[in-house]
Amino acid sequence: MAKLMSQVRFIAGALALALLVALAAPAPTAAQTTAATSEQQLLQQLKGGVIAGDVSIPDKKAANLIHPAGRDWRTFHTVTLKWIGGIAILGMLALLIIFYLWRGTMKIEGGRSGRAIVRFNAFERFVHWLAASTFIVLGLTGLNITFGRALLLPWMGPQAFSTWSEWAKYTHNFISFAFTLGVVLMFLIWVGQNFPTAADIEWFKAGGGMGKSHKYAPAWKYNGGQKLLYWFIVLGGAAMIISGYMLIFPFAYGMGVGDMELAEIFHGVVAMLFIALMLAHIYLGTLGMEGAFESMVDGTVDVNWAKEHHPLWYEEEMSHGAGGAMARPAE
Amino acid sequence: MARMKFLCDADRCIECNACVTACKNENEVPWGINRRRVVTLKDGQPGERSVSMACMHCTDAPCAAVCPVNCFYTTADAVVLHNKDLCIGCGYCFYACPFGAPQYPRVGNFGSRGKMDKCTYCAGGPEADGSKEEYEKYGANRLAEGKLPLCAELCSTKSLLAGDGDVIAQIYKERVAKRGYGSGSWGWQTAYHETIAS
Repeated sequence: MAKLMSQVRFIAGALALALLVALAAPAPTAAQTTAATSEQQLLQQLKGGVIAGDVSIPDKKAANLIHPAGRDWRTFHTVTLKWIGGIAILGMLALLIIFYLWRGTMKIEGGRSGRAIVRFNAFERFVHWLAASTFIVLGLTGLNITFGRALLLPWMGPQAFSTWSEWAKYTHNFISFAFTLGVVLMFLIWVGQNFPTAADIEWFKAGGGMGKSHKYAPAWKYNGGQKLLYWFIVLGGAAMIISGYMLIFPFAYGMGVGDMELAEIFHGVVAMLFIALMLAHIYLGTLGMEGAFESMVDGTVDVNWAKEHHPLWYEEEMSHGAGGAMARPAE
Repeated sequence: MARMKFLCDADRCIECNACVTACKNENEVPWGINRRRVVTLKDGQPGERSVSMACMHCTDAPCAAVCPVNCFYTTADAVVLHNKDLCIGCGYCFYACPFGAPQYPRVGNFGSRGKMDKCTYCAGGPEADGSKEEYEKYGANRLAEGKLPLCAELCSTKSLLAGDGDVIAQIYKERVAKRGYGSGSWGWQTAYHETIAS
């Protein structure tokens, strides 16, 4: 009996609903004429937002009907980023060439003393080269994505360039973990000596090592410029790592396509500046300055180099006595 | 040569998803990929609209512009196609596409998305027309047989139109004139930088 009643209720309900729909039917037709909005009106209203609805397929991302921001991202990727990268990298190379022609290799003014002082221990050098080698690979494989089509594709041909680019992509994605480790370790082992001090202001006032005479540019283990470089590497590296992992794991962390576009923009811009800065770092560590590169080879620097470039650090090391500043004969 | 376009008359779309099913069947589309989909705007509210959307085969296609390996090409019929042998699965075309057309067979962590797949306007790919290789990679090549994309061909309400842009725009204009209102010609402003009287 109860079952019958529920069936009657169901049928009555259905009839009532049908009547309601029939009564309401003309209304949507009227609404269609007024509520129908054109794509252009909607795009203007949304100001770059997404026209989204509902879909009945499992892929809910497909509910985005029109996503106009893709156009802006395209302009960024095909025009803006190329200009930023070109200006940053070629501009830095030009600056370094001009600087080299003006200043030449900065010699140790007092000449080599023949005595060496330890600057970086084996672990520090390992961390440096871990980050450095992976950075070079990441930089080249990353630049390929932005500039490869214009520079390498005509020369390599489509099939060879695609094969190389696919391997470059995988290399870029997986070697990022080694780079991340390098940046984290760099942060941990060198953070203590990289907080700004009063000496840094003096160092900048004295023009750093740029002037003809750097005798009165005081510096502890790291000078003001090196500290800036350090913080750019740590913070810029963190930015690269976070935006990079956003791109490696598409749609993870609840990201939409707009978030990934932003991550790519961020990743690209910071990468170009990073590469330009590293060119300057490589120049100063090798061709630009006598006696600097060996600190990352066997870990020692000449005593006269230390006196001239890092006088406060040198005195501190010497004051520790023989233990702290183990003087070694340079070979 | 014709300038092939898609046009969905949203006033006629009844969200039956036949175009979606036809596309999947005709092209043996990989699992998880929908080259065509029906999006319902304002679902259950006044002014509800359903729009069938796929790759619009844009004028000056953004996917082709951003592809790092230049794997896209535009046919003489203005259909935007791509070469899966060259695609590296980087995902950039998906970022650039205003319509979410490019999709990938796998989730894609660590860049392992696989080769991009999208609507080919039932026009296959770079392989020989109608060849087995072409069918396996891209699906049917109906255009080479003188047929239009199946999604539009079997649309029961003739909401989804495919064919030369001028011809389908004319059909749509006549409908608009007769019923007294348009339905937006969704995607045309974005894809072709033009609108039809709506």
